Amino acid sequence: MRLFSQIQMAFLSLFRRRQASASLDDEIRYHLDRQIQENIAAGMSPNTARETAHRQFGNPALLRDQATSTWNGAWFDSLLRDTRYVARSLMRTPGFTIIAVFIIALGIGANVALFTLVHRVLLNPLPYPDPSQLVSIYEHDAAQSSEHGYAPIAAGSFAEWQKASQGVADMAMVSPFQGYSVSSEGGKLPEKIDAGMCSWNFFSLLGVNPALGRTFGPADDTPNAEASVILSGSFWKRRYAGDTSVVGKKIWLDAKPYTVIGVMPESFVYSGAFGGNTVQVWTPIAHEFPPSLMKVFDDHEAIAVARLHAGTTLHALVSRLQGVQKQIKAEHPGPGVHDSVIGRSLLDDAVQDYKTPLYALLAATGCVLLIASMNVASLLVARLASRRKELAIRVALGGGWVRIMRERILESLLLSAAGGAIGLLMAWAAIQWLVKTRDDMNRIESIHIGAVELGFVILAVLVTALFAGLISAFSSKLKDVLSGLQDSSRAMSGSRARAGLRRTLLVLEVSLTVVLLVGAGLLLKSFQRLRSTDLGVPADNVLTLHFGLPEARYKTGVERIAFFENVLSQVRALPGVQSAGLVSAAPGQGYGGDHLVSVVEHPPLPKGTGIDLQTRGADPGYFAAIHLPLIRGRIFTADERLDRANVVVLSKKAVEMCFPGEDPIGKHIKISVNGKVGEVIGVVGDTRWNINEPIMGQIYWPLLADDWINVALIVRAPANVSAFAMPIQKIIGGIDPDLPVSGIGTLRESIAKSTVDSQFDSLLVLAFAVIALVLAAAGLYGVLTYLVTQRTSELGLRIALGARREQLLRTVLLDGIRPALLGLFLGLIGSAAAVRLIRSMLYQTEPFDPFVFASVTAVLLAVATLACIIPAWRASRLDPMQALRTE
Amino acid sequence: MGKPSDLVQGTLDLLILKTLLLEPLHGWAIAKRIQQLSGEVLQVQQGSLYPALHRLEQQGWIKAKWAESETGRQAKFYALTAAGRSQLEKETANWNRLSAAIDLVVGEA
Repeated sequence: MRLFSQIQMAFLSLFRRRQASASLDDEIRYHLDRQIQENIAAGMSPNTARETAHRQFGNPALLRDQATSTWNGAWFDSLLRDTRYVARSLMRTPGFTIIAVFIIALGIGANVALFTLVHRVLLNPLPYPDPSQLVSIYEHDAAQSSEHGYAPIAAGSFAEWQKASQGVADMAMVSPFQGYSVSSEGGKLPEKIDAGMCSWNFFSLLGVNPALGRTFGPADDTPNAEASVILSGSFWKRRYAGDTSVVGKKIWLDAKPYTVIGVMPESFVYSGAFGGNTVQVWTPIAHEFPPSLMKVFDDHEAIAVARLHAGTTLHALVSRLQGVQKQIKAEHPGPGVHDSVIGRSLLDDAVQDYKTPLYALLAATGCVLLIASMNVASLLVARLASRRKELAIRVALGGGWVRIMRERILESLLLSAAGGAIGLLMAWAAIQWLVKTRDDMNRIESIHIGAVELGFVILAVLVTALFAGLISAFSSKLKDVLSGLQDSSRAMSGSRARAGLRRTLLVLEVSLTVVLLVGAGLLLKSFQRLRSTDLGVPADNVLTLHFGLPEARYKTGVERIAFFENVLSQVRALPGVQSAGLVSAAPGQGYGGDHLVSVVEHPPLPKGTGIDLQTRGADPGYFAAIHLPLIRGRIFTADERLDRANVVVLSKKAVEMCFPGEDPIGKHIKISVNGKVGEVIGVVGDTRWNINEPIMGQIYWPLLADDWINVALIVRAPANVSAFAMPIQKIIGGIDPDLPVSGIGTLRESIAKSTVDSQFDSLLVLAFAVIALVLAAAGLYGVLTYLVTQRTSELGLRIALGARREQLLRTVLLDGIRPALLGLFLGLIGSAAAVRLIRSMLYQTEPFDPFVFASVTAVLLAVATLACIIPAWRASRLDPMQALRTE
Repeated sequence: MGKPSDLVQGTLDLLILKTLLLEPLHGWAIAKRIQQLSGEVLQVQQGSLYPALHRLEQQGWIKAKWAESETGRQAKFYALTAAGRSQLEKETANWNRLSAAIDLVVGEA
């Protein structure tokens, strides 16, 4: 009760101040009137009565003030007054205020943006019920290098795991990297879409409900069930305009009818390490996979998702499955069967790739904020120094020291709050931009500024304000300030100490800047390396288009070959097209499948081993079209097709792997899994399947055979190759109007796409480093200018006494360079520790790259010298007469 | 010259609370009452009552209400709250202990 009435009182005295004052006046007036009346009744004259009453009462004005000061909100009143005063004094120096606010806004804005990213992407739980119980389970091959530690699983293994995990976890299987061609219907164009195939319990295991219709039941997830499909919310909105009657209707996927049984909510996204966030439709896996594929242990096409029962840990589940997988390996010692199981939480599975870069960027922005607040602190100290006289007079007149301290904090709080508000806007803009440009990132859809981020802004503002405010508040001790009164401008001790403090800040600033510069340098170098990596073929002026022939419509190899040749001849006939070819996977555009092979002429390899080669299908014209150099032998002829397609071309790397020191021509390669044999007829150059990954050996089979369904069309033209996209699409649409063409783009673009991560990281860190460098240079310049101003009379005296100007220049210059050198030294030590953390982000670049370290040192020294030379020059050019007169 | 309001810190609070124990009063009446009850010994400087009254009100020990006074004019009446009542007991006990202690010391001398 009492607390309540206290709060009420505080509220009243805060917000109904005017009313409360009037009420107090009335109260006092009433008292005085009563006293006067009583005095008159006691026989005094009205005048005497009044005087006596006032005497008895005391000083009404003073008592009134005493009474108001007991009101709970009194502190607020004086705070408001101080705030107004500080705001006014900041307004008087708009230059200082704008610079300080801008610096803080940069620091806070960058931090808020990165914090939002880290929070929403890395830390926020997944949008499923009880997300901490969800894990992803992969296979793992202990024998192979740990490069791809998390390997997809075979459906046969999954069935065994599911049996073994009963009672401790529910398990579902998902293959999120599938795709379909949707046929044209009702005026909608055909298109190629990403699809996920999943076991029927996938959705119920995650705990999500459909927005419309139902999810799969066990009956849908069998080979003989009627084909069913669940649409993603975004696909439903985009292609079917949110039409609720689509449930129950049929759509055509790969030229086969599927009944739509449900629509997922738009908020539902599954993102794993192997994709999933672009999935448009979901189909039941046992219906889609051929029955044989559901039983094998060596074809890895899916990922297991498990929901742990209460009391089970990921570790317990993995070790239980480990035993099962060991057993499987013992019974099926084939080369493709993995012997081990590995798992991680579903959240880690989604964001593992972003962890290091995002935390590295957050650390970088943290440095920027630290530098920014040091700079503002330094500015505030300088500002305070120029107001010493004013402060001294206030203290001498009885102004409270605490009050003056409070003003310092308020000053920096106002600056930080303004900076924080602008920073928040900047962060918002940055995030909008990011969500647009980085739609390849998992969980990007969940990024937004929410309550936690706003809390972070407030925290950042407070920390910055306290940091900068306290430094400036403690930079001047009470007795120093008082000495300002006795001071003539010649007394230097106080200002010297302050400059010392600013110098210390400067050393820290410079060292942080060095760390940022080194990080940015390494990332940039790594990005350069990546960009200049040779794909193996000239990447300019090549257009690629992808299409897949649905087996339902193109049942035989003969039909498919007819289609391929029809397209090729029409495209090659287009005026301006230099050459065209077909390949199963173009360089730089993906893994495209691999096989374990052996050499027929060599002694048989131990069971379970083989040489891992990437498998490609190519038409005879492909090699010339892509400008892949023929090193030995020949390439396919036009009649090496269908039954006669038993010849292969190897890449240089593949020859090194299969025939070290031998002539490969005329020898035979055998695919372990299906026993297919091909005679080696030629050797071509190497190409990279991903610019970020090492070269793999490649084996080319004739594309004009039975095996190839999905192909990339390669078109080379002397210039402006993108312009051919439209005519080529028309050609394909003319042959089969239901066939969607996807992935239209130049080879150059697909390289750019695979380097976007590296580009993004390196450019952002570089931006932060440049900001830090500018701030540090500004700080250096500021401190030195201040020092020179303080020493004007001393320097003037020296010149008057005959000091040489070069000597003065050197003295002052060294004064400024010294903290920079110390900062550089500390920064290099700090960098040595910091670069270890970003090692995994570097491509063909050593963390201790001497070139980067040397360039950073050179850049920093150059900038520091530049920042110092102007004040130093000014000092050496002082006119002694004028300098001495400034007293 | 000792001012009449130089009461021991906190004593004025005790006097006000005690005065209000019987009935709600306005400021002037409180001053009068204290003067009368103390046999004119405690000459409270009348104005100093108000900072004390406002402090007590902020602390929730008394509450105020504007009402018509005996002369027919509106005046601010202060009344003891439940919290104020227990505070009064506490302060009375304190005072008794203190004055007994002083008695002891003075009586001894």
